[in-house]
Amino acid sequence: MIDKLDREIINILQAGFPLTETPYADVAAQLNIDEEELLKRLARLLEDRILTRFGPMYDVQKLGGAFSLVAIQVPENKFDKVADVVNSYPEVAHNYQRDHDFNMWYVLATETPQQIDKINHDIEKRIGLKVFNMPRLEEYFVGLQLQI
Amino acid sequence: MDVAVEYKLLSDEAGLDEIERKIIYATQAGLPLVARPYDAIAEQLGISMQEVVSRLRRMLQRGIIRRIAAVPNHYALGYKGNGMTVWDVPDDKITELGQQVGELDFVSHCYHRPRIMPDWPYNLFAMVHAHNREEAMVLVTKIAALLGENESGHDVLFSQRILKKTGMRL
Repeated sequence: MIDKLDREIINILQAGFPLTETPYADVAAQLNIDEEELLKRLARLLEDRILTRFGPMYDVQKLGGAFSLVAIQVPENKFDKVADVVNSYPEVAHNYQRDHDFNMWYVLATETPQQIDKINHDIEKRIGLKVFNMPRLEEYFVGLQLQI
Repeated sequence: MDVAVEYKLLSDEAGLDEIERKIIYATQAGLPLVARPYDAIAEQLGISMQEVVSRLRRMLQRGIIRRIAAVPNHYALGYKGNGMTVWDVPDDKITELGQQVGELDFVSHCYHRPRIMPDWPYNLFAMVHAHNREEAMVLVTKIAALLGENESGHDVLFSQRILKKTGMRL
């Protein structure tokens, strides 16, 4: 469980972290706690997976490589088999089951756009179902900070 | 692959120099939890703390780093109604509409993606986060109200199960 101070820490650190010599001490001062306490709580929040990550959030699409979101309509009786095939590719970074006719949604991350097409064709051939490739054409917003 | 960034993806087209690549590699799992974290990275890479800070600042300015921050596990914090909302809006208005939807304070990601007719008529994707599905559906009606007559149809796809998730954040 997390207490009020944990929530304050999460909310302040979601917004950003300073590029100063002693950034933890600077954030701790804003919270009226000492640096030790902040570091101890931050370590626990990460260990308990209340926070999934703490540090620079890189826009991987600006680091090179190609990405796409891909959807498949999978019949229920083939679902687990298809999931095994899709998940077997290391280029599949995420795969989610969603409550819809299009019930499988995976994200591909490869070094070139050609590899996106190649893996999708390969998956289509192996599972016998059409895959719907939906790369992002424009990004309007990423990075909501929900108040915890 | 429990890392935030795959080193192999740092291709030349990104225009990163060797020091930036090393900094990305050193921080992909997160910042060190020590009093002077940028000094710790500098020491590891054999460069000065000022160099680390100025490179991080430049990568922030170029948008290579979105921000330096904590990423909460929304599900663990009670946000259990996470829906991918999808909308059919006119292509010639999507940039303006996408920006308006992206500015809503409950939308975490907002993208233009291709329609694939006839099965998939939706071209605007917006992720919404709420404590439960009922609350999420209220947010959907707010987006619908914003889009008004520009919308020819929409749907909401709630996540049921994570089938695979590597550390990469996309």
